[in-house]
Amino acid sequence: MLDRRDVVRALLEDRGDLLVVAGLGASAWDITAAGDCPNNFPLWGGMGGAAVLGLGLALAQPQRRVLVITGDGEMLMGLGALCTIAVKKPANLSVVVLDNEHYSETGGQETATRHGVDLAAIARGAGIADSRVVHGAQELGPLRQAIHATTAPLFANVKVAPGNHPLVLPPREGAYLTARFREAVLGPAAHHQL
Amino acid sequence: MDRDALEMRPDAAADWPDRIFDILKAHGITHVALVPDAGHARLIRRCLADPAMTVVTLTTEEEGVAMLVGSWLGGAKGVLLMQSSGVGNCINMLSLPVLHRAPLPMIVTMRGDFGEFNPAQIPMGNAVQPTLEAMGTLVRRADVPQDVPAVVDAVIRLAFNTYRPTAALLGQRLIGAKTFGKD
Ligand SMILES: Cc1ncc(C[n+]2csc(CCOP(=O)(O)OP(=O)(O)O)c2C)c(N)n1
Ligand SMILES: [Mg+2]
Repeated sequence: MLDRRDVVRALLEDRGDLLVVAGLGASAWDITAAGDCPNNFPLWGGMGGAAVLGLGLALAQPQRRVLVITGDGEMLMGLGALCTIAVKKPANLSVVVLDNEHYSETGGQETATRHGVDLAAIARGAGIADSRVVHGAQELGPLRQAIHATTAPLFANVKVAPGNHPLVLPPREGAYLTARFREAVLGPAAHHQL
Repeated sequence: MDRDALEMRPDAAADWPDRIFDILKAHGITHVALVPDAGHARLIRRCLADPAMTVVTLTTEEEGVAMLVGSWLGGAKGVLLMQSSGVGNCINMLSLPVLHRAPLPMIVTMRGDFGEFNPAQIPMGNAVQPTLEAMGTLVRRADVPQDVPAVVDAVIRLAFNTYRPTAALLGQRLIGAKTFGKD
């Protein structure tokens, strides 16, 4: 079974100017473990909002690639976002769920995916044609390439092992996370434009 | 009972929705997130007809809160349109613009507010202002057409000049007129 830190490290390899949003909890620790940087936007809250936050970013920055990495529990809380994304069809947005079939951050309770709920089928049903389930390490390279090359929204449900990793925490100050991200994307004008 | 008594929309002659559209344009707002409300029907039509506007119809209003934080991160200015009941769907998600100091203007058409017919609109309608304020949102209201442009303009300025969620509540007195199917 895939290890979530290995998955995230593989997907973020040679990331170029890829913009990355991470859902609250373990996904945010994972992208930080792979290397904190201004092009990362780790969430500390807003459970259920990661994918659609990525949509807003992708629509505002159509020339940049946007990757949302989040947990199965976080995705389940905002399933409608898959419909909203499918309808807008951003060519530059990928959503990757690290599906450990548990709410790991809160004590390892089972999620609905543990009981057969198929997030990729839901995404496909919403209209995201390229919706994959990933089980093996050999599928990560092609997924990474697709994130950088897709011309339509992409969804991948990556099955990963349950269990917690050591905490690697990103900065906690929300204003700082916003300011550094906007400056990285927009340049110094980020703090002056109205 | 005609439909418009259930889902009220502004009088055909009321032009405050057009004034709101002009204000959105004047402020360079290009991203509009919404769950439809009859009171916003005319404004929504104006936005959809404008090729420079990116309009996103949400499945629930809280998506709009998260989405517009993303828009801001990408350098775009947006607004969230909804009816008062949608405010209840947004509460926890408002943590994001507060934590991240992201401008987030909302324009809320009120129900359960003034001469309401539908009893289901009362609980949330009555709770809109206290819940928004409890979540760190600056709230201003308009109850007569002449006040709408100034209130919407003020709420957009407060959001983008001071980096926080703000809301313009458009009182039900504005949208209470029956239209008999015409708008
Ligand atoms: C609205 C809301 N409900 C509950 C929580 C508590 N909570 C924090 S993280 C989390 C689990 C997230 O599970 P998942 O997205 O699957 O992440 P992972 O398994 O990778 O930790 C929960 C339930 C919360 N932060 N916000
Ligand atoms: Mg999980």
